[in-house]
Amino acid sequence: MQTETQIFRRATHKKSQRATEESHFVRWFLIWIALAFVVVFLLLPLINVFWQGLNHGLKAYANALIDPDTRSAIRLTLTIAGISVPLNLLFGLAAGWAIAKFNFKGKPILVTLIDLPFAVSPVVAGLMFVVLFGSQGFFGPWLAERDVQIIFALPGMVLATTFVTFPFVARELIPVMQATGTEQEQAALTLGAGGWKTFWLVTLPSVRWGLLYGIILCNARAMGEFGAVSVVSARITGQSDTMPLHVDKLYHSPAAASMTAAFAVASLLALLALLTLVVKTFLEWRQQREYELAQRSVPEPTLVARSLHQRGSQ
Amino acid sequence: MSIELRNVSKQFGEVVAVNDVSFTVKEGELLGLLGPSGGGKTTVLRMIAGLEVPTTGDIFIRGQRVNDISVQYRNIGFVFQNYALFKNMNVFKNIAFGLKIKKWRKPDIRERVAELLELLDLVGLEKRFPHQLSGGQRQRVAIARALAPKPSVLLLDEPFGAVDAKIRQELREWLVRLHSDLNVTTLFVTHDQEEAMEVSNRIVIFSRGNLEQIGTPREVYEEPTNEFVARFIGVMNVLDVEVRGGIARVGELEFPAPDRPDGQKLRIGFRPFAVQISPDPSQYRYPGILRHTFFLGIMLRIEVELPSGLYLRARMTKEEYAQLGLHDGQKVSILIRSYRILRGEGEPLSPEIVATDQGPATFGAGI
Repeated sequence: MQTETQIFRRATHKKSQRATEESHFVRWFLIWIALAFVVVFLLLPLINVFWQGLNHGLKAYANALIDPDTRSAIRLTLTIAGISVPLNLLFGLAAGWAIAKFNFKGKPILVTLIDLPFAVSPVVAGLMFVVLFGSQGFFGPWLAERDVQIIFALPGMVLATTFVTFPFVARELIPVMQATGTEQEQAALTLGAGGWKTFWLVTLPSVRWGLLYGIILCNARAMGEFGAVSVVSARITGQSDTMPLHVDKLYHSPAAASMTAAFAVASLLALLALLTLVVKTFLEWRQQREYELAQRSVPEPTLVARSLHQRGSQ
Repeated sequence: MSIELRNVSKQFGEVVAVNDVSFTVKEGELLGLLGPSGGGKTTVLRMIAGLEVPTTGDIFIRGQRVNDISVQYRNIGFVFQNYALFKNMNVFKNIAFGLKIKKWRKPDIRERVAELLELLDLVGLEKRFPHQLSGGQRQRVAIARALAPKPSVLLLDEPFGAVDAKIRQELREWLVRLHSDLNVTTLFVTHDQEEAMEVSNRIVIFSRGNLEQIGTPREVYEEPTNEFVARFIGVMNVLDVEVRGGIARVGELEFPAPDRPDGQKLRIGFRPFAVQISPDPSQYRYPGILRHTFFLGIMLRIEVELPSGLYLRARMTKEEYAQLGLHDGQKVSILIRSYRILRGEGEPLSPEIVATDQGPATFGAGI
């Protein structure tokens, strides 16, 4: 009798499990498809980049990197990122603050506009600046009169990069700032702090992980941008080529050694990507942990616990 | 006089959140702002703090008009409903924040924080972060932080809203003790009438942006100025009656109304305490059946059903109940000792009408 009911129970248990779970076959099938996709489209190409860069030996690899043209490209990429990222940091903070903490007319339009650079093809973004600031462009004659060159010069490349990487910081900050709300800032105000102190002591620390995350992504994109920058760059080797532009040029060059050089420089960009992933994962983990800690409620110390504590200390 | 509001109104777009409110708060008073949600009480508190600006009217703190003084210079302590602790700072830094802003010297800050930790029973927790504290501890940190810069007024928004019922009771008693220790003028917002009655020296009652009544807990309970207050504070039996032949009736209940025209509709209200119950079914005029007894500690709530199907709520002490030998399902008779005529929300009430005779023949004075 007892065994019968046990068997019965086990059977119903199995059945109920099946109702909510896919069969083994479907599960494995989906996992293998995803895995195969990752290997073929992401992992193999990435390994290949390093392989191609290193297959003529470490010396060829090192030579490619200390080449003056490569060094110039690295310098230019760092310069552009060094200007674009802080600009977008400022913009992202301002936009995030405005959207998360104030109510104003046209807020949805601003939110949509922030995403615009994601929707526009980078090449089109580059062309927009050519149309605006190029010699035939809207401000072209005015700029030419004053001897200011934007297109085919550093300012144009910075503008194009800034445009393309515009949404990253703001998009990371808005949800964090919205979740934090305005109460902490109000509390700081009631305690006598002015706007600036409130920002430094309360707002900034409470969004620091989200902010760092945005900066990291923004930086990765700024260093990797190709399309928009290629339109506004003069593309003079050793002068106005960024790393992605340099890779492109080396790759298309007929010289045999330049293929290895292309992959060597590309491997630097790939390294940057990997580093970004590591930092991003760490920051996400920190953010998640902070969120979980904030959600966790600590039980009230009960009267019993208090009296035990007192007894313990006596 | 610590705080004074003169004809203060606040509009959010089309919505009138606070409508022409005037009242004064005495120095050292513990004042409860009470009302249903959306009544305007939190807006009033935030206007006193400077977190909202009145649309019209003036606010004075210690005789100084503060309308144009921004939050950070008003010298108020504000405790937010969800505490709004700085989550990236530990308890010590949270409490010290206001002192650091005011550029106190470091040893003075340490001394003041230690004093508050002691006062609020937080000693040993100074290194903890807000997420490592229980709800009650978080609230005490929030209060300590607000008190640290020695504010002239302490303002608390729904201070007991976010903690569970058992702790809430403890916190109420504790707030009363704290207030009597510090003697700082304190205003708190609540939607819980029992909480307001228990904690406050005086209560300000709001409904839909209007100030309905201000008075001691006893005054608003015993002498409510209008129907809203009467029904909001405590429990009230409310009956819709109609006048016919000089008598206002509902079911078998009759209230003499000699000067009223036929067909007039009135509402009558009385507290559960006004319902007297006798175990003798013929002692009072109205027989009924004791349907349910609810034990609320020392007080009992009793529901009596009249033959017409009317339910009346009564209250008595456990001792009285035992003395009368009452039990559920028993046949009883009732007397309504006193009642008032309710004239609609916001309208003044009639004075209390006391039933003159204990016997079944007559019932009360005329309406």
